[in-house]
Amino acid sequence: MASSSAADLRRARKTSQPALTALLVRFFEWFGDLGFFCLQLVRTVFVPPYEAREFAHQLDELGSKSLPLVALAGAATGVVLSLETRDSLVSFGAKSLLPALLVVSIIKESGPIITGLIVSGRVAAGIGAELGAMKVTEQIDAMEASAVDSYKYLAATRILACVLMLPLLTLAADFCGIFFGWVTNTLTEPISLQLFIENGFKHVTFNDFLPPTFKTAVFGLIIGLISCFQGMRAQGGTEGVERAATSSVVLSSLFIILADVLLVRLIQEFLP
Amino acid sequence: MMTTTETKKAAPPIQVKTLRKSFGRHKVLNGIDLAVAHGETLSVLGQSGTGKSVLLKIVIGLQQPDSGSVRIYGQEVTGLARPQLNEIRKKIGFLFQNSALYDSLTVEQNVAFPLERHGDLSDAERKKRVRELLSTVGMEKDLDKLPGQISGGMQKRVGLARALALSPDILLFDEPTAGLDPITASEIDALILKMQKEGNMTSIVVTHDLPSARAISDRLALMRDGQILIEGSFKDLQASKDEFVVQFLSRSS
Repeated sequence: MASSSAADLRRARKTSQPALTALLVRFFEWFGDLGFFCLQLVRTVFVPPYEAREFAHQLDELGSKSLPLVALAGAATGVVLSLETRDSLVSFGAKSLLPALLVVSIIKESGPIITGLIVSGRVAAGIGAELGAMKVTEQIDAMEASAVDSYKYLAATRILACVLMLPLLTLAADFCGIFFGWVTNTLTEPISLQLFIENGFKHVTFNDFLPPTFKTAVFGLIIGLISCFQGMRAQGGTEGVERAATSSVVLSSLFIILADVLLVRLIQEFLP
Repeated sequence: MMTTTETKKAAPPIQVKTLRKSFGRHKVLNGIDLAVAHGETLSVLGQSGTGKSVLLKIVIGLQQPDSGSVRIYGQEVTGLARPQLNEIRKKIGFLFQNSALYDSLTVEQNVAFPLERHGDLSDAERKKRVRELLSTVGMEKDLDKLPGQISGGMQKRVGLARALALSPDILLFDEPTAGLDPITASEIDALILKMQKEGNMTSIVVTHDLPSARAISDRLALMRDGQILIEGSFKDLQASKDEFVVQFLSRSS
């Protein structure tokens, strides 16, 4: 009995080894391909003609159209933070700290990360599916055959739009979070907006506000880069499009969370 | 003494030498040699999955071969840097198997797309040129329709108009009549013939539609196992005693 299970274990190890090797090869291949993709982008992005019209279109498509969703998510965060922290602060007799706690937690972390993840869900899926569909139906090949650089026209415009729009969308999320945090607070215990803002921002410096807001440009870079990369390497019909869309969301969300950890630590180190 | 430009002009428009391409262990192209003369139309025939489309994509630099050479007017295409490759691509029109129209753009915008990025036409001139091209293929009434709103045959016509937008010297056709009914297919054949005669263009047509290939080609090449099995006129193919050639012609006729 024991020898049979040992044999099973050996057999399982033998079969799992090539699978593990293949997985590792795919992992390193993916990073290699991503590096090559970045190189191609850097090579083309600074060479004219600049696709200004497509860039403006993407600013609208990825930025403006994400605004309602981001504003709603920011507002919900403000409401929840206000409701959750109020009881705790009351029990510690520190009710007056609520505005400051709300403002600091929204502008330093909740606003940026919620914006990053919400935009990642909406935009990365959209880009992954759109470019994936274009790839499997040879539209990207057709573009290249017309001597149009698909890296520049499709990828660079979308990535730059994401980089530029994420900090602006974060500002919108921060604003809605703080405003609806005040609304929630004032429904329980009336307080003027002016006083709420004054108390909230009393101890906030530019170092509390600017680095966390601008770190979302890195989130934008991650969303744009990963989703364009996944979309433009899609293959295999509708299943390939589905894979490109799903992996764009999953990978960009994962990398945003990892980047957030790193960026928070870097900000603490260099901009205390 | 000839200048470099004259040498390039004198060189055949398309010359392919010992081209090899594999996907994994599967050898798709295994030493292809082809040359297409100025104004000539060569049809490459063969079974599905024999690498005919791959051949066309290598010719225009969309895929890289494992080895071998592709020259367009004497200039090597394989491994060429993007700016030089794009200059060559402007001389080539490509009609894709499924037309590959940009599905978020209208018929008019699809044809205008290459013109907006190359050449120096004003907006009015570009609009006029797009209408001329669409009128040539009989699609001038469907300017504002999206590709999803028109039939497969109409999409081929728009694809052809887009391929002609930059007034290319060379046309590459990937299965131009695949998936079309016989009447629409013969209409597309007639259009291709008309374009070739008017523009004196050099073409490679990849197809497994023998009647279409006969109608539009000066020369035929039959592919098997990644190589050119036989090359010549339709009569040359008919005269062949090779079992595969006989089987292919009898099945396709």
